[in-house]
Amino acid sequence: MDLLSRQGLRTDGRRSGELRRIRCKMGVFNQPDGSAYLEQGNTKVVAAIYGPHEIRTNRSKAPNDCAVINCQYSMATFSRSERKRRPRDNKSAELTLHLKQAMATAIKTDLYPKSQIDIFVQVLQSDGGNYSVCVNAATLALIDAGIAMEEFVISCTSSLANGETPLVDISHLEETMGGPSLTVAILPISGKIAMLETSQRIHINHLEPVLSEAVRGCRYIYEILNKIIKKHYEEIGGALNWGTEEYNI
Amino acid sequence: MKVTSKTFIRKTKRGNILKIVREHYLRDDIGCGSKICKKCKHNNEKPLVKHQSINTDFPDKHYLLVDTNVVLHQIDALEDDTLKNVIILQTVLEEVKHLSHSVYKRLMDIIGNYSRSFYVFVNVYHKDTYVERVRGESPNDYNDRMIRVAALWYNKHLDDKIKVLLLSSDEASKAKAINEGIPTMSLEQYVSGLNNVTLTDKLSNRSCMVEETSKEPIFPPHLTPAIIHQGIKSGKLMQGTFFASTDNFLEGNVFVEGQEKNILLQGREHLNRAINGDIVAIEMLPESQWSAPANLVLADYDDLDLENGLDTVEKPKEKYPTGKVVGIIRKKWRQYCGIIQHSLVENATRHLFVPADKKIPKIRIETRQYDKLKDQRVIVAIDTWPRTSRYPLGHFVRSLGKIGEREAENEVILLEHDVPHSKFSDEVLRCLPKETWTISATVNIVKIAHSTLVSTISITIDLVGRKDFRDLDICSVDPPGCTDIDDALHCMPLENGNFQVGVHIADVTHFVKPGTAIDIEASQRATTVYLTGRRIDMVPGLLSSNLCSLRGGEERLAFSCVWEMTPNADIVNSSYTKSVIKSKAAMTYDQAQLIIDDQNQDNSIALGLRQLNKFAKILKKRRIDAGALVLASPEIRFLVDSETRDPLDVEVKQLKETNSMVEEFMLLANVEVAKKIYSDFPEFAVLRRHPKPPPSNFESLIKAAAHLGVELNVDSSRDLANSLDKAVKLDNPFFNTMLRILATRCMLQAVYFASGTKTYDEFLHYGLAAPIYTHFTSPIRRYADVLVHRLLAVSIASDSTTPEMLDKRKIEGLCQTLNIRTRMSAYAERASVALNTHIFFRGKIRDEEGYILYVRKNALQILIPKYGLEGTLFLSPRKGQLQAAIFTYNEDEQTQRCGDIVFRTFDPVSVQLSLDSSNVQHERIVLKLVKPEIPNFSVPSINTSTVNVQQPQKNPHEPCDSICEPQLKKAKI
Repeated sequence: MDLLSRQGLRTDGRRSGELRRIRCKMGVFNQPDGSAYLEQGNTKVVAAIYGPHEIRTNRSKAPNDCAVINCQYSMATFSRSERKRRPRDNKSAELTLHLKQAMATAIKTDLYPKSQIDIFVQVLQSDGGNYSVCVNAATLALIDAGIAMEEFVISCTSSLANGETPLVDISHLEETMGGPSLTVAILPISGKIAMLETSQRIHINHLEPVLSEAVRGCRYIYEILNKIIKKHYEEIGGALNWGTEEYNI
Repeated sequence: MKVTSKTFIRKTKRGNILKIVREHYLRDDIGCGSKICKKCKHNNEKPLVKHQSINTDFPDKHYLLVDTNVVLHQIDALEDDTLKNVIILQTVLEEVKHLSHSVYKRLMDIIGNYSRSFYVFVNVYHKDTYVERVRGESPNDYNDRMIRVAALWYNKHLDDKIKVLLLSSDEASKAKAINEGIPTMSLEQYVSGLNNVTLTDKLSNRSCMVEETSKEPIFPPHLTPAIIHQGIKSGKLMQGTFFASTDNFLEGNVFVEGQEKNILLQGREHLNRAINGDIVAIEMLPESQWSAPANLVLADYDDLDLENGLDTVEKPKEKYPTGKVVGIIRKKWRQYCGIIQHSLVENATRHLFVPADKKIPKIRIETRQYDKLKDQRVIVAIDTWPRTSRYPLGHFVRSLGKIGEREAENEVILLEHDVPHSKFSDEVLRCLPKETWTISATVNIVKIAHSTLVSTISITIDLVGRKDFRDLDICSVDPPGCTDIDDALHCMPLENGNFQVGVHIADVTHFVKPGTAIDIEASQRATTVYLTGRRIDMVPGLLSSNLCSLRGGEERLAFSCVWEMTPNADIVNSSYTKSVIKSKAAMTYDQAQLIIDDQNQDNSIALGLRQLNKFAKILKKRRIDAGALVLASPEIRFLVDSETRDPLDVEVKQLKETNSMVEEFMLLANVEVAKKIYSDFPEFAVLRRHPKPPPSNFESLIKAAAHLGVELNVDSSRDLANSLDKAVKLDNPFFNTMLRILATRCMLQAVYFASGTKTYDEFLHYGLAAPIYTHFTSPIRRYADVLVHRLLAVSIASDSTTPEMLDKRKIEGLCQTLNIRTRMSAYAERASVALNTHIFFRGKIRDEEGYILYVRKNALQILIPKYGLEGTLFLSPRKGQLQAAIFTYNEDEQTQRCGDIVFRTFDPVSVQLSLDSSNVQHERIVLKLVKPEIPNFSVPSINTSTVNVQQPQKNPHEPCDSICEPQLKKAKI
């Protein structure tokens, strides 16, 4: 099966540089301090933030001058076409570490000494690029929680079709059928890379085009999310719309 | 952009049912591909032009839109240039790809040809032409509906300025389309409106199926795919590849994976319309009906009493698992070369086509051009094989030329063996070094231009990383007439008493860079093919016989292996480097032999050659002691008339000491390089292995030898070599050679593979008794060597890797194609020799010495070493003829007896060869017995003689390796 047809279309009808459809909602839950729901194609993720609050675990080991970040990545048992037995396994533990690493680069932890920030992400439906979508959702939730950040952390994946054309934002099918895939998380304004991972060995000649395609994807996602956040705050914080609905009743 | 989702259910390997949901984006930027369209903004590609209609049945201006069945069955007609402006829907493309890969490839070729104006419309992702599948709708109905929706959309979209005509062969869907207001026709109807005879002949023959259904069926029906699937799962049926027998058209074998022995199939009904190469489902017969190969030579000629022969098969002692075909899982039909059988009825339109490949049945075709085609070589494709028809039905595709004409016959050989032989494309030629474009036609200028070219390259660009060996006394030794010289040698004494020995191989990879058009073309050709009088190059001639060829006195780029050897031929030190060399002399084997033998010559070249020769003898002895086999296959070459290209005489290739000298060093280089690249690339090294043949392969040979009191031990290659050496009969000097020839045929084939796909034990090269081996020394004519060169270049850090080199799956895939191509090219070369044998025997009758290879029930297989020819001497009489001599066949001892005379395997005989041209369309070589004399059967002897000219020739280094392609060419009977 070709991942890219001669007419330049991928198996789901996208062109090589196109992202999947993005839909999201911030502040979906009331109990946590911040939350977000994000959908990239068929990958659907919720993120919830608790904190900053007092350190609850391992108080003795905690640093004095900055906040502790506590992460948990999990997949819902119903997230794949075959039911998953354990929502947290070794793979999840690994991704938890990666997530923590990526988010820690952007959160201004030194503003919250002696406190803890919990980031919980759960994949509701999985269709490729789970980690990336989780990073993006966590960013949205952190913003919703009002936690101070240097800037966004945005992640995106890419792979290579037919050994030459880079594909951005790959689906599960493209992940399994194609060659090595690459996941990158960047801070889009400064252009710093927060996390970079490849699924297999990737040839040095391919690294540059695949990486730059993934970074390009990140910048697109950044623009889209930025717009959504602005619109969200216009709606909930704008003086004009304040409580309009109740008024009408 | 809209998005919907596609949901479907799939079963996993473990049997779980999965629901799979995928996104499906619907686009608004897919153009209709028409030049006249002003609506589509994103129409990047506009191949569809204004159509000038010439069709009497459909006078409006129109484009064609074809459905899947039309593509699948009428691809030959679609390949005809008269059909233009055709829209191929993505739906159709996907269905075709799913159903037949070969048709898909041909369709993609047509689409790629811009002058044909074919356009792929991606209807499944277009927002207006995508429809969702309705619950309960079968995939076929759904696809048909998609096609109709697209046709309707096109007609609306183009505002009736141009009509879109749907071509469909299915009556039901045609009716539906007409109902919806889509102009629809069958292709047959459309073509008849074009009034084009050639195109009409190319139409597939499906329609005449209907008229024959009234006849009594000859074959049992095939089971439906669902039942076959179930049967295979439950173990009742088996799946395997069908191989037709070359000798007997009513017999075949099925190779089933995991089964020790092939399953035998006998008789027309049990073969049940399987064609060579098909993947079939078979059912085993009860053990009581098991049988053995008939040991008969049966050809589908009307003049042979074949049915009788078959009925009288006695119950054999040793039975083979026997089965019958119950269904065909995948058809491997292709296009076949052959001739049209002479027709008795005048002005008939239905004819029988006789394929050149004896494994393929005759094909019934319909043509109105019989008079034109009767003496031509033609290509025919099979359309269908209904139960009622004795032969498959097919249609004419194209003509290759007159029967007997060299060009046409060569074309047949190349096509039948699927050898890519078209001219190199402009894209490939563009990859050649730029400077050479200035070369004009004359040879002198070419020479000057090249010497400057190479020196500028080597000095300005390439001296970095290259060693300068131009001062060394390097020379090459090759067969006469060889223009693609891959290898050169040198040897010089060192101060410490050791010797420096260098093997220099043409640096083809310098010119053939990975991923370029020339590289892709070479990888597809895989090897240079040497036909008698014609060479089909792997890389363009400029490289193969000039820039890469290590010609004498010219500076060339090379890849050198340099070893320091002790006088005992032990390697103390080895190094590999890219280099620039200047060969002092390009010698033939004879010239080199003369220099070695002439003790008066004591220049450095002569001394070097003598030392090399000494080393070679030591190396050879070491190899033989390790168990390397010396096998025989009587290779012959034709001496060709330089003007008419007709063969004048044959000679058996002579092996001189110098052949063996060059060969030993090539083997040494190959082994050393194999070790080197394997140590650096344990996963990706391209190696060559020759598996140990299973003992069962030797069974018949051991039996035949045992009849003559010779014992063969086949436990290991060394045991085999030893017992072959001992097997000498004084009264039959050719006996040993015969044994070696037959032993060769018991071998498996040597194959290329990627090292990561096998364990180290499996790397063994049985024939050479080398634990690891590869091909490094002939990059001009073998693609595997090119791959090895690239790996070695990375090993010595003179080049960097490419992604393709480090992809195990890709390398293994490439190795598989190389293996197939290499095998096919060997067959083609053999077929070419057979063709020339025929031409040679035109109007000649010769008496020759021969030996009995096999004793069959009704015939003797006879090998004539002088021509390397294997022929059949029929012992049973022809139909309608009376024969006084009666032969009795003894199955146990494998003998034929007539009176006092007994024929055994390996017995020498004298036979008379002649060409039977009585059937102009199908010449064959006929053998008649001369000695021993049998009254009323043998013929009296005669004798004659001829002249010599030379022909281009393959560089036959490493002949030991070619043992792995056994099978002598066979005479066409």
